[in-house]
Amino acid sequence: MKAFATLLDRLVLTPSRNGKLTLLVDYFRTTPDPDRGYGLAALAGTLDLKGIKPALLKELALERLDPVLFQYSYDYVGDLAETIALIWDGGAKERVAAESQPRLGEVVTRMNSLGRTEVRAAVRELLDHLDHSSRFAFLKLATGGLRIGVSARLAKQALSEMSGPAGEGRDVTEIETLWHGLAPPYQPLFAWLEGRAEKPVLATPAIFHSVMLANPVEAGDLDRLDPRDYAAEWKWDGIRVQISSFGATRKLYSRSGDDISGAFPDVIDAIGFEGVIDGELLVGGTARSNSATRSFSDLQQRLNRKTVNARLVQDYPAFVRAYDLLFEGDDDRRARTYLERRARLEDLIDRAPHDRFDLSPLVPFADWQELDALRLSPPDPVIEGVMIKRRDSAYQAGRLKGPWFKWKREPFNVDAVMMYAQRGHGKRSSYYSDFTFGVWAEGPDGEMLVPVGKAYFGFTDAELETLDKFVRDNTVERFGPVRAVRAEPGFGFVLEVAFEGINRSTRHKSGVAMRFPRIARLRPDKLPRDADRLSTLIALIDQRIDQRAGEAGEGPA
Amino acid sequence: MKPEALLYPTPAGLYCPAGDFHVDPVRPVKRALITHGHSDHARAGHGAVLATRQTLDIMALRYGADFAGSTQAVAWGEAVDLGGVKVRFHPAGHVLGSAQIAIEKDGTRIVVSGDYKRGVDPTCAPFEPVACDVFITEATFGLPVFHHPDPKAETRKLLTSLVQFPERTHLVGAYALGKAQRVIRLIRDCGYDRPIYIHGALARLCDYYRAEGIDLGDLRPATVEKKEPGTFHGAIVVGPPSAFQERWARRFNEPLIAFASGWMMVRQRAKQGGVELPLVISDHCDWPELLDTIREIAPQQVWVTHGREEALVRWCELAGIAARPLHLVGYEDEGD
Repeated sequence: MKAFATLLDRLVLTPSRNGKLTLLVDYFRTTPDPDRGYGLAALAGTLDLKGIKPALLKELALERLDPVLFQYSYDYVGDLAETIALIWDGGAKERVAAESQPRLGEVVTRMNSLGRTEVRAAVRELLDHLDHSSRFAFLKLATGGLRIGVSARLAKQALSEMSGPAGEGRDVTEIETLWHGLAPPYQPLFAWLEGRAEKPVLATPAIFHSVMLANPVEAGDLDRLDPRDYAAEWKWDGIRVQISSFGATRKLYSRSGDDISGAFPDVIDAIGFEGVIDGELLVGGTARSNSATRSFSDLQQRLNRKTVNARLVQDYPAFVRAYDLLFEGDDDRRARTYLERRARLEDLIDRAPHDRFDLSPLVPFADWQELDALRLSPPDPVIEGVMIKRRDSAYQAGRLKGPWFKWKREPFNVDAVMMYAQRGHGKRSSYYSDFTFGVWAEGPDGEMLVPVGKAYFGFTDAELETLDKFVRDNTVERFGPVRAVRAEPGFGFVLEVAFEGINRSTRHKSGVAMRFPRIARLRPDKLPRDADRLSTLIALIDQRIDQRAGEAGEGPA
Repeated sequence: MKPEALLYPTPAGLYCPAGDFHVDPVRPVKRALITHGHSDHARAGHGAVLATRQTLDIMALRYGADFAGSTQAVAWGEAVDLGGVKVRFHPAGHVLGSAQIAIEKDGTRIVVSGDYKRGVDPTCAPFEPVACDVFITEATFGLPVFHHPDPKAETRKLLTSLVQFPERTHLVGAYALGKAQRVIRLIRDCGYDRPIYIHGALARLCDYYRAEGIDLGDLRPATVEKKEPGTFHGAIVVGPPSAFQERWARRFNEPLIAFASGWMMVRQRAKQGGVELPLVISDHCDWPELLDTIREIAPQQVWVTHGREEALVRWCELAGIAARPLHLVGYEDEGD
């Protein structure tokens, strides 16, 4: 447990991806089986551990501590698992056990073997034998509150790196393909990664296959290509998914291979075919049911959940707009051409339930100019650009340059005023690099700036120096790590902010939320009074809603 | 004599009318008794100052030789008579020269502990329990959440990180007086003998500690040498935490920020401060040490000064010990 607890403590506070990778690789290399396999499962979200209710933990804590002192402590720390990890006084046992604490594998096995009446005593005993950081890790695992900013993908990347230096080790796509056929504590996987055993043979069907990705179109790319070699599809603004179905096993995976089946029973139940298809997960009605596709913010109501209730399924029905076919039954079709695969896919979707599946239509075009015009004014607000796919391309995992391109519609741009700045992390910890920006709105006392978003990238290192200097020279107030800067009509810093989308939000004071905002340009040539107004942003949202209502033939929402 | 008449809180700090002196006053007074050299306890501008030699030396280093009208150094345990009040200084184990002050008149004895700790610290004399009627304790870490781990185990985290990230400069934040020297000593005791680089703000105090016989090994200024830009790759640099947010820190390669403080016990504190490697090393008592000390001294009453008074007072009530908060202002509970 100690090794895993130490890893967690470091991961939580390490902002950089490379730093996290180093810590993960080190953990996988130095921790023995089966502990590292359970650690991997905990990070990748595949660990099955008997849960503990917060109420039980609190009762255990109050067996040893006065309720008033407990409350003072909880108020100070603010997190139940951490409070209990810190206040727990294991007495002598804790000190003696510091070097010989229960191992993660032992903890998992023990917890999962307990009957209902044994849990209380077993948890009390475990807490006595763990030190404070191991207690924290254990409580976070057992209460399901592990949030450390490590994706399953990053954990697999670390596995790839532990198997050898780049180019020599096992490829991460190979690991992803194996992943869903294996279970914790992953001993055969580690044996293979360390070159001690053959590649594991999968018994479980319906595994995830790494997806094929596209490169953005860059200046001059298309000039070299013949439009007759390519087909185009709309790029839909949902999330990329893969359906993998064999026998009784039906799975929905995210693009990175996370199993999200549990949150989408409506889609899973509708799968009648066998095979593997690639598509976009969206909410609303399919083209075949003649109702509108709904926005990404509607889809978000369904994302990042383990389970879902009937109400959400009814209000936000999900469906898959199919892009490609990888397997038909257990026949691998990935080496066929795009058009051949598409013909088979069309056939398969035709037979699938019409309210849960449709086919992403082809977009006919004669030349790149025509496609460019289509891209800039797509027929549906849930389209964020076009995909360009070589007609004869095979389905190859990864992001190869050439066969597939994505060509997004232009991002939105506004001029906003820097209002607050916060210091960054790691390499940027001595720089003010996270900026909250605002636009003008009518306030009770006249014109005022309201914050509309936060951005921390998009600028060069030289521009960061400029921004940082402005913050240091023009701070008007400090709140912990945050500084408020001068922002008046006649003095301040104007930032040109680019973003991918905008929605109404009840969570933000301004009432709007941007997607993917970043700083496109510094505008020292402008004064804050020249910056945009909130009404301009709201008009952007209304424009999209009107557009969708018009397309779908419905009244205004 | 009633203890409340012997010593009581005033806006300037704890005051003893019989001896006409203040303890650790926060504003200039005629006569001050100073427990230790941290700036919230030891301020310049008093008429006369009574303290240990080391505390007086540290005050002179920080404020200049003329920091008070007159000074008097007192030895451990030496009795000094001030208007019929007998005062003695005893080691507090907090930083070099730090003392508790025992104040006695007509058979009533009050011990003002100042800041203190019970853990092992080779950079200062260890805390000495003194029997008394009233024990005045700090409560900086006076909540059951604070259990300071073994400082050597914490120090080894730093050395492990150096192995994991051999390119990155490890910046260790530590307050200039006491913590910085203790951390350097701990790093040495864990077997690290390469040069340690220090921020300019630490130089005089490190020199003073060495002059007092505390070996800190090879210390070098953390200044950039143009001819050797790689100097700080994988090096340990110790400095005051505030410096890491300043432009000064940009000379280092991908700095990894560590902070040696009792506050690092709580994850959110570390996160808010942008600390990547928290080292829970404290110069104050943790919760069990506070309780053990009160049980050991077994005073009639406990008065609680700065920190989290309410939790410690609550514990004393539950344990049947008379206790009250003094609500003194002017002592920062951040300084650890």
